Amino acid sequence: MLAKRIIPCLDIKDGRTVKGINFVDLRDAGDPVELAEIYSREGADELVFLDISATEQKRKTLADLVYRIGEKINIPFTVGGGISSVKDVDILLQNGADKVSVNSSAVKNPRLINDLVAKFGSQCIVVAIDAKQIDGKWTVHLVGGKVPTELDLFDWAKEVERRGAGEILFTSMDNDGTKDGFANEALARLSTELNIPIIASGGAGNMQHFTDTFVKGKADAALAASVFHFKEIEINDLKKELQKEGIPVRL
Amino acid sequence: MKIVIINYGAGNIQSIKFAIKRLGHTAILSNDVEEIRNADRVIFPGVGEASSAMAKLWESGLHDLIPSLKQPVLGICLGMQLMCNASEEGGTEGLGIFDVNVLKFGTTVKVPQIGWNQITNLKSQLFKGINEKEHIYLVHSFYAPVCAETIAECEYGSRYSAALQKDNFYATQFHPEKSSTVGENILFNFLKM
Repeated sequence: MLAKRIIPCLDIKDGRTVKGINFVDLRDAGDPVELAEIYSREGADELVFLDISATEQKRKTLADLVYRIGEKINIPFTVGGGISSVKDVDILLQNGADKVSVNSSAVKNPRLINDLVAKFGSQCIVVAIDAKQIDGKWTVHLVGGKVPTELDLFDWAKEVERRGAGEILFTSMDNDGTKDGFANEALARLSTELNIPIIASGGAGNMQHFTDTFVKGKADAALAASVFHFKEIEINDLKKELQKEGIPVRL
Repeated sequence: MKIVIINYGAGNIQSIKFAIKRLGHTAILSNDVEEIRNADRVIFPGVGEASSAMAKLWESGLHDLIPSLKQPVLGICLGMQLMCNASEEGGTEGLGIFDVNVLKFGTTVKVPQIGWNQITNLKSQLFKGINEKEHIYLVHSFYAPVCAETIAECEYGSRYSAALQKDNFYATQFHPEKSSTVGENILFNFLKM
């Protein structure tokens, strides 16, 4: 049976992890490669690296980092953040990334999704969507959730699927950082109306939230950052708990 | 040991190269007929769309070479599908090594299948030391049904071939290079046989 996936997300700036990370056994808490190895050993099903740096050197630094991660990691990983062209993606895949995620650039130029799928295949193209409710309507936002668009979440998600994306990573900005649980109603609607896998993001605070997002939210995978980085939840414990709840996981 | 990964411009091969390196070997990338013919092990990867990948094999003359190879060959993902008779994807005629046609997943499941599924009914030396129901990583929209050459099965909507074998030709629908230690053990078995 296909397992539900647990995906830690690491924010990267200039080749280093940002956000406080509370691993006492780390030699270098800023080294994404070392963290990736630890998560991989602890049973993460996949990893996402989100590059938030904005320097000239960015592309080269990120490519080098992707290469170093790929050398060490025997589970799939996705790289996202500021990817806006076929060339950007080519460099990352050649250096060992399994998938890339695009966000704002796809909203600005939806054709990019078709171009990436035609060149690299759906299997490695994840479209990330940040949205929050404005007057009861789920509205897509850009630039890490700062700039609202005219787009409705569900319309945009369907267009993304039509253009060939392999997966959608949906972050609810209403839930992100609250530790109050995922946006399960919106997630369930996405999962029902679309036929590609949906990754839930934003709001993880405890183990029950993961159970809920798989059962009520019908999510195929769940992504979280701080609950894993601060060891509030250990991935292995979480998976055992999910298994007890009857949710298929890889243990 | 000389390990060649067939490089025909279809897909992400860096991760296979890395996986071989973690096992203490070096793999080279090549589309040269003589170099591939003289290798001890050949890995035939592939991701993306079947008909365009097959067209690339024809362009480089590899469509004749691959079925004639005598050393152990391992097809991965789209590589496996191209080793079958034909694929529904793009109405593609395959290499005809495995006597089975590749079909598209039905509408009762999400497509592509992405993630970790379990392998069962393991039947080959490729799975020596691997337990039934271990998880492996897959990403695919098309599948080979269970047939006489099936050496491992998966279930997604229905049961299908997670791996195939005929003589010296082995193939996995899943990505051993991304399937954690289980995948590493499978690659190790392939290099050892």
